[in-house]
Amino acid sequence: MSYLVDIFLIAITAALINNFVLYYFVGICPFIGVSRQVDMAVGMGAAVTFVMAIAVFLSWAITYFVLMPGALVTTWVGQFFVSPERAAHIDLTILTYIVYIFAIASSVQLVEMYVRKFYPPLYKSFGVFLPLITTNCAILFACLTVMSHIIGVENPGQIWDLGRALTLGVFGGLGFTIAIVIMAGIREELDMCDIPEPLKGAAITLIIGGILAMAFMGFTGVDNGIRVALGG
Amino acid sequence: MNDQPTATERFIQGILPENPTYRQLLGLCPTLAVTNGLKQALTMAGAVTVVLFCANIIVSLIRNLLKPHLRIVVFTLTIATFVTMVDRFLAAYMYQMSKALGPYIPLIIVNCIIICRCEVCASKQGLIASGADAIGQGIGFGLGLSSIAVVRELLGTGALAGVAVLPAAWPQWVIMVLPPGAFLTFGLLLGLINWIQQRRSVEG
Repeated sequence: MSYLVDIFLIAITAALINNFVLYYFVGICPFIGVSRQVDMAVGMGAAVTFVMAIAVFLSWAITYFVLMPGALVTTWVGQFFVSPERAAHIDLTILTYIVYIFAIASSVQLVEMYVRKFYPPLYKSFGVFLPLITTNCAILFACLTVMSHIIGVENPGQIWDLGRALTLGVFGGLGFTIAIVIMAGIREELDMCDIPEPLKGAAITLIIGGILAMAFMGFTGVDNGIRVALGG
Repeated sequence: MNDQPTATERFIQGILPENPTYRQLLGLCPTLAVTNGLKQALTMAGAVTVVLFCANIIVSLIRNLLKPHLRIVVFTLTIATFVTMVDRFLAAYMYQMSKALGPYIPLIIVNCIIICRCEVCASKQGLIASGADAIGQGIGFGLGLSSIAVVRELLGTGALAGVAVLPAAWPQWVIMVLPPGAFLTFGLLLGLINWIQQRRSVEG
């Protein structure tokens, strides 16, 4: 399969077929909380996509060069302490979660400071959402997905490169934006409806989420169709 | 210090009055993702309770050393350490379950319940109150998860925890164990809880 087809399939899968919100249930909290107005939803989606791309880049680099067994940097540093053969087997994968969460938290902090200093209008539109994103499961989930394609992959040819990882980050964030904007559009209309009292608020949002998830199930199998059509 | 609830109050509050799933709407990712079977739901609730208990204890012990602007980072790193332990434990002793739960075990790190409890309770109160709070919230979370899991597994496969309950003629509602079923079940159960709550407040 050619590289471009592979990239295209990763993008379609992350954004539509296995949508982060409606298939994997990550990022549900902002999906319920920040989906009242379309413009707020767009701001939140943009912030998540932005941070997700950065976080995926960082976690790919850290995993590929430091954490995985036989990684470049670790082997180079390790040979000063143990014999070179043993240095090639140093396995730091147990640190993955701690390192990832630290990378996400610090990159969010840096992005917030940078945007506030150099792009004040941008900060006004999505800066308020940035601190919330540190504890957004969708970001960590994207990093973990990238990790699962680097660590524990038997065939070295199948290890994801940076291009594939970034595609997942950007289009995963785009899928999140699509879901939250659709939801906000529906909820704006919902304000004029007569909803039963107990279902008001989160309950009706969840039920609509269920119907949306059913609609997105219609994309199941599209990836196989594309693969056949493009002769992959 | 006197206006803080006592250990017993914290424990009872977590189970029903401030149930993390239905009243606070926290930690929704695992609530929706791992409730397609009762076994997964209970394992998840157990894992969250262990992490919550350990994190609450540690945060409570170091609460006087915490700097306000660094506290969230300290909370998350503490939680991440315990989640790594739980993850390795599950992979070693319950391999099938660890495979079934997949990425949702590491996602406990960003579960809002734990950060919320560290912030609200453990960073202000002593060891015993924090421990009781963690166990109460853990039980409440377990109740929330298993209530959804029972509905989904029963309607979706006609079984409970893998044991067939409904007669074989039951038309299995496959949609209930797929992603949409999670949203629908939780939405309707939440509506039911709100309805009961409103009825009681009207009568009382």
